[in-house]
Amino acid sequence: MGDFATVADFLQMGKHGLYVWLSYGIGLFLLVYNVVSAYWLKRQFFINAKRRLRREQGSV
Amino acid sequence: MKIKMPRWFYQLASPKWFYDFTGKLLPWFSLVALLLLTVGMVWGLVFAPADYQQGNSFRIIYIHVPSSILAQSCYMLMAVAGAIGLIWKMKIAHMVAQACAPIGASIAVMSLATGAIWGKPTWGAWWVWDARLTAMLVLLFLYIGVIALNSAFENKASADKASAVLSLVGLVNIPIIKYSVEWWNTLHQPATFTVTEKPAMPPEMWIPLLIMVLGFYCFFAVVLMSRARIEVLEREKRSDWVKKVIENY
Repeated sequence: MGDFATVADFLQMGKHGLYVWLSYGIGLFLLVYNVVSAYWLKRQFFINAKRRLRREQGSV
Repeated sequence: MKIKMPRWFYQLASPKWFYDFTGKLLPWFSLVALLLLTVGMVWGLVFAPADYQQGNSFRIIYIHVPSSILAQSCYMLMAVAGAIGLIWKMKIAHMVAQACAPIGASIAVMSLATGAIWGKPTWGAWWVWDARLTAMLVLLFLYIGVIALNSAFENKASADKASAVLSLVGLVNIPIIKYSVEWWNTLHQPATFTVTEKPAMPPEMWIPLLIMVLGFYCFFAVVLMSRARIEVLEREKRSDWVKKVIENY
């Protein structure tokens, strides 16, 4: 598999498994966090906006 | 004095035009970002050869270098957008600047964290008060300062102005980060990519890195547009076109 003889070698990353996987874990987590938080803001906006719009239309 | 700018500059200033235009761009950028990040990550993790000195810890480069480059580019964009907002009183520029801050902060955290993790096996320490590391930490604090200023004012216009001024003042930190490895004796290695010289590493190492850098930029475009669009809706919620967008959602 690529630069590694076996999948076990790949997971072990020589003696640097902890460092490599921790780095990629943090990297992926922060990328996903950015996407999710943007989506969350959008959802929150539309929930509030729809509620406000209904209230305004109801009062007219 | 009036400086005449090209037509797109004024179009971009219209929040509705910005919202519609970025709506068309988003799916394409998302697709390209996903593709580049997947290819770059698999290539860097599996197929790139291990470094003859650092072994496999070298693979951290594929997260560390793109995030460090992006954290600085994002800051420059935030400052330039802030300046445009101050000079031309362009609302959309302030919205973009405000969207930059939280993204930039998270990317700066990524750069610092992966750097610390890489430092442990390479230098034997998680953190050293090295010129470049310290300047990068200052960048993170600047982002946090801008975020804090953005939420510190009741009045949006005041928040925009204050955070734009802070971003511009903090811009001095960018060349300090860049030249820190040349001005001071540092542990940190010099730049991997320069415009003028060939990379010191073989193509099978730097091509995936280039792909990751491009992937990070596309990713940034996606989250920046997403956040800026919400900011547009939030600030323009009284206008008729936003009411229509809300009704149709």
